[in-house]
Amino acid sequence: MKKNLKVIGKPIPKHDARSRITGEAVYGHDIVLPHMLHGVILRTEHPSAIIESIDVSAAKKLPGVVCVITADDVDVNNISYKRDHPILKKNEVNCIRDEIAAVAAETKEIARQALKLIKVKYKIRKGIYDPHEALKKDAPQINKFIGGKFSNKNIAETFHYEHGNLAEEKKKSAVTITRRFTLPRVTHACMATSNITAHYTKTDKKLLLYSSTQVPFLYQRDMAHALKMNPSDIRIIQPVIGGGFGSKLDMYPFEPICALLSIKTGRPVQILYSREEEFIASPTRQPMIIDLTVGADAKGNFTFREINIIKDNGAYTSWGATTPFVIMQAFSSLYKIPACCFDAMAVYTNNVFAGSFRGYGNPQATFALERMIDLLADELGMGKAEIRLLNANEKGEVTGQGLHYETCGHKECLETVIAKSHFKKKKSPEKSGRYKRGIGLASMLHVGGGAKIYRSDGCGTTVKIDPYGFCTVITGSTEIGQGSETVLAMMAAEELGIDLNKIKIINTDTDVKPWDVGVHASRTSFVAGNSLLGAIKILKEKLNKKAAQLLNTNDSYFDYENGNIYLQNTNGGEPANAKKNSVLKKNSEIPDSSFVKLDKVVREMHFGEPNELAIASYFYEPSSKFQDKTFKGNVSGTYAFASQSIEVEVDTYTGNVKVLDIYVAQDVGKVLNPLLLDGQIEGGILQGVGYALSEELLVKEGRILNPNFHNYKMLTAADIPNIHFYPVETNDKQGPYGAKGVGEAPLIPTAAAIANAVCNALAIELLDLPVTPEKILKALAEKEKLKKQTV
Amino acid sequence: MRERMKKVKSVQYPQHEISFILNGKKVSCKTKGSAVLLDVIRDVFELKGTKPGCHEGECGACTVLVDNVPVNSCLFLAVNADGKNILTVEGLLHADGTLDPVQESLVQNGAVQCGFCSSGMAMSLKALVHQYENAHPVAGEIKKGIPSRDEIKKHLEGNLCRCTGYVKILDAAEKLFLNNE
Ligand code: FES
Ligand code: FES
Repeated sequence: MKKNLKVIGKPIPKHDARSRITGEAVYGHDIVLPHMLHGVILRTEHPSAIIESIDVSAAKKLPGVVCVITADDVDVNNISYKRDHPILKKNEVNCIRDEIAAVAAETKEIARQALKLIKVKYKIRKGIYDPHEALKKDAPQINKFIGGKFSNKNIAETFHYEHGNLAEEKKKSAVTITRRFTLPRVTHACMATSNITAHYTKTDKKLLLYSSTQVPFLYQRDMAHALKMNPSDIRIIQPVIGGGFGSKLDMYPFEPICALLSIKTGRPVQILYSREEEFIASPTRQPMIIDLTVGADAKGNFTFREINIIKDNGAYTSWGATTPFVIMQAFSSLYKIPACCFDAMAVYTNNVFAGSFRGYGNPQATFALERMIDLLADELGMGKAEIRLLNANEKGEVTGQGLHYETCGHKECLETVIAKSHFKKKKSPEKSGRYKRGIGLASMLHVGGGAKIYRSDGCGTTVKIDPYGFCTVITGSTEIGQGSETVLAMMAAEELGIDLNKIKIINTDTDVKPWDVGVHASRTSFVAGNSLLGAIKILKEKLNKKAAQLLNTNDSYFDYENGNIYLQNTNGGEPANAKKNSVLKKNSEIPDSSFVKLDKVVREMHFGEPNELAIASYFYEPSSKFQDKTFKGNVSGTYAFASQSIEVEVDTYTGNVKVLDIYVAQDVGKVLNPLLLDGQIEGGILQGVGYALSEELLVKEGRILNPNFHNYKMLTAADIPNIHFYPVETNDKQGPYGAKGVGEAPLIPTAAAIANAVCNALAIELLDLPVTPEKILKALAEKEKLKKQTV
Repeated sequence: MRERMKKVKSVQYPQHEISFILNGKKVSCKTKGSAVLLDVIRDVFELKGTKPGCHEGECGACTVLVDNVPVNSCLFLAVNADGKNILTVEGLLHADGTLDPVQESLVQNGAVQCGFCSSGMAMSLKALVHQYENAHPVAGEIKKGIPSRDEIKKHLEGNLCRCTGYVKILDAAEKLFLNNE
């Protein structure tokens, strides 16, 4: 890798932004194929019921309807990693999302009309909407496809982790605090709703899917399993994706349903969710109840954490059930913790199921543990900054779980936001007046170099250079709006010394691109970046050889710049003086023995002996370890840290919280592109503010009460606080140019810091999200009552 | 405004022949009385840059300009476009492929991530530009005002974005007006 970076670190706008702002980019909603049908799904009217009969005869007769399917018409396997989720439901329904039938018709209107003609007879049952109810002995079994594996029939998944000597550490503790935290259901609300277009061709029995999946290769395998097909007969093309945030990490029933409609009709079929359907039927962040006990010694050193989590799994399993992988890392390894005992279980209910969402359980965990640190500090009479600094993680630390912090910016992040926000001056708020200000701190730890939750966390890349000096990068990774394409193009431009606009990225077709796990765990810049750098290294060896031949030298050190390959001055570290002269010579025809044009080298490779291509492939596998059954081991190539200090103003009359300033410092390893990095930070933080204050998918008896933007309160431009961002560069040698993953981190500590700030402002204790005006007023009223009683 | 449109939507019109200017060109088509402009733009004229984020008037992704005024095209009845001048994001692009300053500013300032909200954002900002270009035509001198950041925030309140946190969008808007000065 080069030392004097010319492209990396520059604020370069997104490579594909132009096509996205002119209407040229083709999203899933924009696809129109010849002879295409429109698919719609009939969902249950009741969250828990027996299906007595389904009558589709009237729907089938409606002119323009081409196909109607129910569970009886298809031969398929269950989906989800637990295989506990039937694509079309038969005999019974267990959640308000349940798919009962699907229609393909000539127009959307006809398809929707046909849905109304399908008659389903239900026998309504009393559902179970509280995981504690579901755990009772006499509760009926909710999911019939899994059973026997756990002590209780409604347990979907359990996790147990421990390190250190819990009993010993409890003894050492001067203070011990126990609290219960409750975290809500929130949803991704991607601006583009879920969509898929399926095209099955009967002649060759191949299925082409235009899908917004974040994990095309896992998706291909899952789809094949669901449809009982050969994975290689399924080709996934990813159109431009209108937001991901983890929502597209799993395959959901609508996707194989669309494929089935296409298989049945032999015509392309498209399913687009309405916004209401998106709110009801797309996955959510896991709601959970966290029982947490923590201790500290008299000096404020943390001693232990004991955690018990119950997660509402909903009726079927999706990736939400596996979030304890990440949650336990926060509890075991954020700040120094001598002992930790962690238990989590996901419990089936008749609620909607939870999937993965940016942060993957970490925002919930961080909320509980960072709120708790404030409570500990209060109990010990310590400063909230001091207690955090005392316990902060350090470089070189190997945590109880086995995470190895080869670089660690935790302390620096904390110190930065404490200083920049004048935390210590502001921590004692005014006691009187209607508007009260408060300030809160929180940190976070997240994987920063992928996460080896599958046996491989790798990514493949092929790089080729054409005879005109343009470079094509074929990467296994996926662009979901985060800017990974741009970062990869920048790396290629940097290493090959060619203009950014000469780099093309191909990344949307499983028939073309090499294997990759997918977009998750903030891994793309790190893993796909390293993969690309590996491929370029191999390619350069080939190019160097030919360049040496053309330049008549035995030297093997070359610089790539301005579309040329320069012979390096081997006497010193600096590139050859000849290069500077050659800039002058470049435009003239004077031959120069110190450099040769890149495109010429490629042409000579093609046309001259031994006739080879300027192409190279590389598969990068991070050095991380696949964790053992006790969940110990270095699961990521590197780790990211961040701290936020947030100042709020609370209106004590209305309970409204105004977030004034957010100071954020994040260990990003190295800034690859400050413009895109800012975008990740700001976008993540605002999602965090929404999680803290306004967003909640309200569910009553299994039904979603607010399935629209009017009642599901996402923040608007008018609500944004001032964000002050300070990147911390720890230059991790594992990362491309030293970089770590950044995508998820910004939203993780935000809700915790905001809740801490509100509690600081009002001297109340909040243990639930979102922090709504109602909750604040209630807490204030209780405080008043208590005051009166004690007077 | 939104409420009123919702009511209008329930009125049934007969099949209707409409003509309007779409991105500078005169066009016409037949449409049902209940059809909304968003669907006509996307399905009849196959201009897919105007995005359907909700079809309920809540997200702004479908914003287009009708006689320079921003409307949610998902609530705007197509029949009401008759005789009007409609501008969509495709119409912002200059013939030689260069972007409108609004688009260029959004691109340069990193305001486009997934991009699904971006055409709506661009159209809303374009409307703001129009407002300001024509806002203070004092006799003898055309004064070009600059909206404050708060004013821009207010103006963009109807355009949701899940990716950017709005900061870069506001930066883009501010710089656009500064450059225009
Ligand atoms: S699609 Fe028109 S406002 Fe959302
Ligand atoms: S850029 Fe994705 S919604 Fe705005």
